[in-house]
Amino acid sequence: MLGRSLREVSAALKQGQVTPTELCKKCLSLIKKTKYLNAYITVSEEVALKQAEESEKRYKQGQSLGDLDGIPVAVKDNFSTSGIETTCASNMLKGYIPPYNATVVQKLLDQGALLMGKTNLDEFAMGSGSTDGVFGPVKNPWSYSRQYRERRRHDELGDSHWLITGGSSGGSAAAVASFTCFAALGSDTGGSTRNPAAHCGLVGFKPSYGLVSRHGLIPLVNSMDVPGIFTRCVDDTAIVLGILAGHDPKDSTTVQDPIKPPMIPGVMDVSRLCIGIPKEYLVPELSSEIQSLWSRAADLFESEGAKVIEVSLPHTCYSIICYHVLCASEVASNMARFDGLQYGHRSGMDVSTEAMYAATRQEGFNDVVRGRILSGNFFLLKENYENYFVKAQKVRRLIVRDFKNAFASGVDVLLTPTTLREAVPYLEFIKEDNRTRSAQDDIFTQAVNMAGLPAVSVPVALSNQGLPIGLQLIGRAFCDQQLLTVAKWLEKQVQFPIIQLQDLMDDGSLVLENGNLTSASLT
Amino acid sequence: MAASVLRLVHPGRRWGLVWIGSGSRQRSGTQTVPTSNEARGQSSVAQLSPHTAQKPRKGEHKWAAVVGLEIHVQIASNSKLFSGAQVCFAAPPNSLVSFFDASLPGTLPAGYQITQQRLPIAANGHLTYSAYMGKKRSQMLTKTVRIKQIQLEQDSGKSLHDDLRSQTLIDLNRAGIGLLEVVLEPDLCCGEEAAIAVRELQMILQALGTSQANMAEGQLRVDANISVHHPGEPLGVRTEVKNLNSLRFMAKAIDYEIQRQITELENGGKILNETRSFDYKLGCTMPMRDKEEKQDYRFMPEPNLPPLVLYDATSLPADADSQQVVNIDQLRDMLPELPSTTREKLVQQYGMLPEHSFTLLNEVGLLEFFQSVIKETRAEPKKVTNWVLNTLLHYLKQQNLAVSESPVTPAALAELLDLLDSKAISSSAAKQVFEELWKAEGKTAAQIVSEQQLELMQDREALEQLCQATLDGHPQVVMDVKNRNPKAINKLIGLVRRASLSRADPSLIKEILEKKLSL
Repeated sequence: MLGRSLREVSAALKQGQVTPTELCKKCLSLIKKTKYLNAYITVSEEVALKQAEESEKRYKQGQSLGDLDGIPVAVKDNFSTSGIETTCASNMLKGYIPPYNATVVQKLLDQGALLMGKTNLDEFAMGSGSTDGVFGPVKNPWSYSRQYRERRRHDELGDSHWLITGGSSGGSAAAVASFTCFAALGSDTGGSTRNPAAHCGLVGFKPSYGLVSRHGLIPLVNSMDVPGIFTRCVDDTAIVLGILAGHDPKDSTTVQDPIKPPMIPGVMDVSRLCIGIPKEYLVPELSSEIQSLWSRAADLFESEGAKVIEVSLPHTCYSIICYHVLCASEVASNMARFDGLQYGHRSGMDVSTEAMYAATRQEGFNDVVRGRILSGNFFLLKENYENYFVKAQKVRRLIVRDFKNAFASGVDVLLTPTTLREAVPYLEFIKEDNRTRSAQDDIFTQAVNMAGLPAVSVPVALSNQGLPIGLQLIGRAFCDQQLLTVAKWLEKQVQFPIIQLQDLMDDGSLVLENGNLTSASLT
Repeated sequence: MAASVLRLVHPGRRWGLVWIGSGSRQRSGTQTVPTSNEARGQSSVAQLSPHTAQKPRKGEHKWAAVVGLEIHVQIASNSKLFSGAQVCFAAPPNSLVSFFDASLPGTLPAGYQITQQRLPIAANGHLTYSAYMGKKRSQMLTKTVRIKQIQLEQDSGKSLHDDLRSQTLIDLNRAGIGLLEVVLEPDLCCGEEAAIAVRELQMILQALGTSQANMAEGQLRVDANISVHHPGEPLGVRTEVKNLNSLRFMAKAIDYEIQRQITELENGGKILNETRSFDYKLGCTMPMRDKEEKQDYRFMPEPNLPPLVLYDATSLPADADSQQVVNIDQLRDMLPELPSTTREKLVQQYGMLPEHSFTLLNEVGLLEFFQSVIKETRAEPKKVTNWVLNTLLHYLKQQNLAVSESPVTPAALAELLDLLDSKAISSSAAKQVFEELWKAEGKTAAQIVSEQQLELMQDREALEQLCQATLDGHPQVVMDVKNRNPKAINKLIGLVRRASLSRADPSLIKEILEKKLSL
């Protein structure tokens, strides 16, 4: 049951094949069994069981709230959840219990979803590995998959060889990939949803900026943050997006226009589609395996009649630097509120109020956060503002224009890699610092955030090592439905294999009725 | 507690900027073109600043002072700028704080103060004010001060520092209240002029309903930038005197600071570009210890607030929803009457002197008092003006009372003026009645008149008898009259009045006497 898609399990609930409480308990038990993944910071067991009970009542009375009623979901721990600790994986917010729900959380709950818990991340979502949070790194479930382990030498199977999930929403990715929930919320500022989705073999969706409310999402970069969606298939993403999208008076940047829930047709004709391949995304660091999958995916579109053309996004190479300047600047101001006065950590230092502020922030933030605050404050100094912040804003405008030009030339969707390579072992990952890793890992993803476009990472194949590889599709602003439609088509063509975690499940709860074990058609 | 009130500045806390659509903003800012600039500039500065103690002594250069103001006005709204929390003076600490005001994580855009500093809602305006100024104070001058810009911003929270216990208490009631900051160019020259300009601005804001602008409640606070220089030379180094919250103290602080700078410079000292505060008890300014002052606020644009586009009739898109857009022209048509118009109307309608119209508006509530009296009395407007401005205001000032605290109500004064108008009492009796009314013993004017028998003698025959008796009793004065001594008749009138216990109408007495003396 847990291996099913959200849509399938929703149907099962409606038909009474399973009750919300049974489903909830199964997930809770699996969460316990996969505790070593460190996917969850907080497991909201009591809340979830109570929600399941209420959902069960509704089903019994034939008053189901819809597709999400009784569906276990998880939420990244940088979304405010009323009555449930929200930490951002930081000492600064340890013990902080918000009095309100983020709009997206509220929308899920209003639909009857069961909140299983809050998922792990890099501190304040600053990172690309989910390795830099105060609760420790998240382990990629694929480290323990049959597909990966079968291809390892025996000496590489030790406990220290586990892989990172990518980040910063690695906890949400691991939670969905290990079947402890059917959908999870992440956030995506520079790729934080798409990157771990690619590494964990999931669909990771970043909606258009302004489509989904950020109210209650603890901000990283206000002009780029969006709530992201993790599911195991595109249809499930469309269901969740249908619930989340829409104007929110508490987020002035959400669009006012009424939003229709996305309708993804079962059959799609791609022959009228024009797929753009941005030539600047072919970088030397790209693994040859991913490069070849990318080109085979392009061929796949072409073979079905789509027009596939090379396009140029000439300012791509400046994007990551520009992103870092803007990100640090916003971080510097967004983090100003954490002073130990009103909530969260407060240092015992009591020499003076100023000393208390300083000690609170020294103790509360990790090096990565403090580093970004420091550089952001540098960029915003009067004498530096023009040279850094304003220049970065100008470059951002050029990057936006690059995308506009590409779409204006007739391209419907851009096809790119999501990451440079598949997931690496933790010990390998931490050889470089957070900044270097972020610069490498966000390379294909952050430009989309700068332009506010919708993008989705679709798992397309397993690498030679048996690890998932995702490709990214980028759509026109607010053409999220079209993008998901194309994503679904690609998903259908590639037949990405389901993760084989049976070895680790002693009670066989993951026996997958519909398990598709064929290898990907792209490999 | 050793507490001084400071602005809440968190570590790293800075001011964000709001993007305001620039398309129509400039238009709205520059539509009003300054009309009378002639009074501005050095010559008028020198002319207008004699009462500050900068009169040149022999052999000394003359000093000129330059004063610019930043006026922070609390916007009169039911709720804060970006949150639904209530705005209310003197509420218990932290009782008016929403999640947003407390900048809980995830509330947008919270956690820093927001200002329109770089893209203000209006720019390049001017403020016109008039006052009696100059050496003789006989000449009413109309002057303008340029307004550099008007910007919206959020008020900060309030922190109380306890130095002894090194503790800080925070009250967030004020955090997030909408402020209007009016930045005046340095066109002013002395404390008095600054006070007049701020008073005019205050009245405009009150008339518009923008703010209650009550300085005592902190709804209008002024920071003054002050420097001195020799005319014809570059401006001097300026200091900023912060948080002036009464007009009187503001004028005092500015004049003190001007004098301090002159003295400092004349003694070979230097003026530091610093922030000072005014100690109203000692009547002097002193440097502030506030470390935050020199801080670089590290402004950046606020991405959470979409541009606010201001349209006018020409730029308004045809399909715009009138509920969703701001149309400057539409708002302009809805503007209430401004003080300058009110004053003009008073002069035209009631024939009062322009200076009287100023006084009526300057005293809080006096105009409303005046208008109530006018409405209820048959007396001539000139008489009402006279009584309100001379008698009532005199009594109020003597006892340091606000108009709202006057023991004499407009209705009571109106009744008194009616008695005077119908010649039921003499004007000296009226003064007596007013004094009784001031005691506020709950008696009406008519009651006082009847109790104290102050009504004029209406019985002509009795008055004629009184006149005759006086003539009979003072043959010498009668002789003087006959000898054409011009003062003698007045002496007789006075004697009759005294005999009537001031209840006789002098003009009637005069008429009877003249008849009897066959003049």
